[in-house]
Amino acid sequence: MTDLLTPTRGTQAIHRVNPVAKLGAAFLLSACLVLSIDWVSAAVALILESVLFFFAGVSARTFFTRTLPVWIAAPLTALTIALYGQTSGQVYFEFLFARVSDGSLSLALATLLRVLAIGLPAVVLFLTVDPTDLADGLAQVVRLPSRFVLGALAALRLVGLFLDDWKSLELARRARGVGDTGRLRRVAGQAFALLVLSIRRGSKLATAMEARAFGAPGERTWARESSFGALEWLLIVIGGLIGAAAITTSVLTGNWNFIAS
Amino acid sequence: MNELDLTISPGERVLLLGASGAGKSTLLHALAGVLGGDDEGETNGELLLDGAPPSEGRGRAGLVLQDPDSQVILARVGDDVAFGCENLGVPRDQIWQRVTHALDAVGLNLALDHPTSRLSGGQKQRLALAGVLAMRPGLLLLDEPTANLDAEGVREVRESVARVVESTQATLVVVEHRVDVWLPLIDRVIVLAPGGGVLADGPAADILDQRGAELAASGVWVPGFPPPRPLRVRTAARELLATTNLAIGRATTLRSDIACSVRGGTTLAITGENGAGKSTLGLTLAGLLPPRAGEVVARDALADGAGAHPIRWKSRELLTRIGTVFQDPEHQFLASTVRAELEVGPRALRMPAAEITARVDELLQRLRLDHLAGANPFTLSGGEKRRLSVATVLATRPQVLVLDEPTFGQDSRTWTEMVALLATLVDGGSAVVAITHDAEFVDVLADEEIVL
Repeated sequence: MTDLLTPTRGTQAIHRVNPVAKLGAAFLLSACLVLSIDWVSAAVALILESVLFFFAGVSARTFFTRTLPVWIAAPLTALTIALYGQTSGQVYFEFLFARVSDGSLSLALATLLRVLAIGLPAVVLFLTVDPTDLADGLAQVVRLPSRFVLGALAALRLVGLFLDDWKSLELARRARGVGDTGRLRRVAGQAFALLVLSIRRGSKLATAMEARAFGAPGERTWARESSFGALEWLLIVIGGLIGAAAITTSVLTGNWNFIAS
Repeated sequence: MNELDLTISPGERVLLLGASGAGKSTLLHALAGVLGGDDEGETNGELLLDGAPPSEGRGRAGLVLQDPDSQVILARVGDDVAFGCENLGVPRDQIWQRVTHALDAVGLNLALDHPTSRLSGGQKQRLALAGVLAMRPGLLLLDEPTANLDAEGVREVRESVARVVESTQATLVVVEHRVDVWLPLIDRVIVLAPGGGVLADGPAADILDQRGAELAASGVWVPGFPPPRPLRVRTAARELLATTNLAIGRATTLRSDIACSVRGGTTLAITGENGAGKSTLGLTLAGLLPPRAGEVVARDALADGAGAHPIRWKSRELLTRIGTVFQDPEHQFLASTVRAELEVGPRALRMPAAEITARVDELLQRLRLDHLAGANPFTLSGGEKRRLSVATVLATRPQVLVLDEPTFGQDSRTWTEMVALLATLVDGGSAVVAITHDAEFVDVLADEEIVL
């Protein structure tokens, strides 16, 4: 289970890129793509991205297993839009509040492509992000407060322990004779117990960190340098270019519809 | 803790003893400067480290705590050791020199990017020690660093500490109720009095000579004062549970072809290395985890009409048949008072109120919890939590009792009580299955042993 938190390792260039740049590139691309809901811009972005996925440093198998949620979410969202989206043009099918029309179908296609175009690169870029390196970057490059960043990083390590705790709590409830009925109430009780346990673990961890001079007065140094150079800027530029290409094509073909208008 | 006057000179190696609640841990935390501010408690008097309050000399004292899991801070070995140095503002190139030295000193020969999640308990404790060493402290504080470790882990940690103290000449203060672990290393013993102040203070040999019996009675494991062994009355054994071609595991199969038989009137000990699947086997026998293959079969004497497979029993049906005591008592607490906690099982069985009260009262007395009846289970001490977790299971009188590490990290007094209680149950015809690292426990109580 802690597997989910472990980044994919490798030797390709993408593994050396500062996680802050990955964050920046994914953010820039998404910002370009949420401005409009047409199918052309999303399709252009998706095509350009799929070329880049070959350089993403993950095997096809990893790619599909890790992005599976996106592949499931996208058609589901599209289906909802197809049934309930704004009606225009010819109506093909009607049932209660559901109405499938030309308008809702084209909106559905645009949404499907858009969820993929935003979701896939975000997941793929973060597959190669090591939380420790991201924290280093956020503190040294973005200059977020180190106490905040390191606290969050240390807490992330507890997630694996919480999952084990949850399983034990579940078995213990069966063992105590209260596992037969009232599932909803039991889960609520279990969640509360987990909260108590996590506060406990958290305060122990805080003591351990304090014992290692965390929060000591004076300037903190960083054992790992987080650098931001040509490779990082390149990734951000690529993100921006894909966004720009998508918008340009869409405007030129007359499909652009700015969400605010 | 109160009215304590104490001077510890540089280079001394001190073992700090005292009954539970005498304030040993509090003193260590105070020395380490991590006791918190005025809003977290009251302080009187003065504590100086190198002539200044400990909170001002960060990094002068290094503290290693009891729980291996909660001391790992970062995901990679090297980064974790470097953490303290970073906080102290050590320049980058020096940090990595210090990290390599510290890992060498504690004997952890692992790559710097080795994931900390894959370390054993003993390795995690040595990692914590390395993290402290890298800060180059003059004072090393160890708060029961081996209480949660198996024999191998205890040996690893003790040897690392011995090597470190030898090479750095650092002052050492250890809190530990197993005296024999540290005896070869220390030269001074300080015994804290429960009400405050110092009960005894002097060379280790003298103090243990004069106060050995008294210390043993208060729960300290003193060499030469072994805890009393229960007298056993063995009864005829009949089989209650048996396995056929059993394979165990959670997501993947850990072990297969396990043959064992659980019989009334006997104790079965499950031993083996960390990660060998001891707990998994215990939980599978207890009807909590499904077998990966094969089966766990309950004989009619145990099943009593509920079917042959414990995993298919209802949660309520388990109560009178198989009781499980988890390694971490906090996982099994459900109620907000000790009394209510004990009532959970009997209530689930819909026993009459008068009988519930009678059973609970008897258990409170028998396990010395009566003065705590109204307390919240989470606020009890380690030994009290252990006793309560066993009591909650006894409340429904199961024929088979599965216990995961019942004596782990306990002081000698709780240990003696636990062993005596289990001996009584077994002699009364119950079956006890104990997952344990504790060789003494196996020696005293086990009739059969499965080594995984």
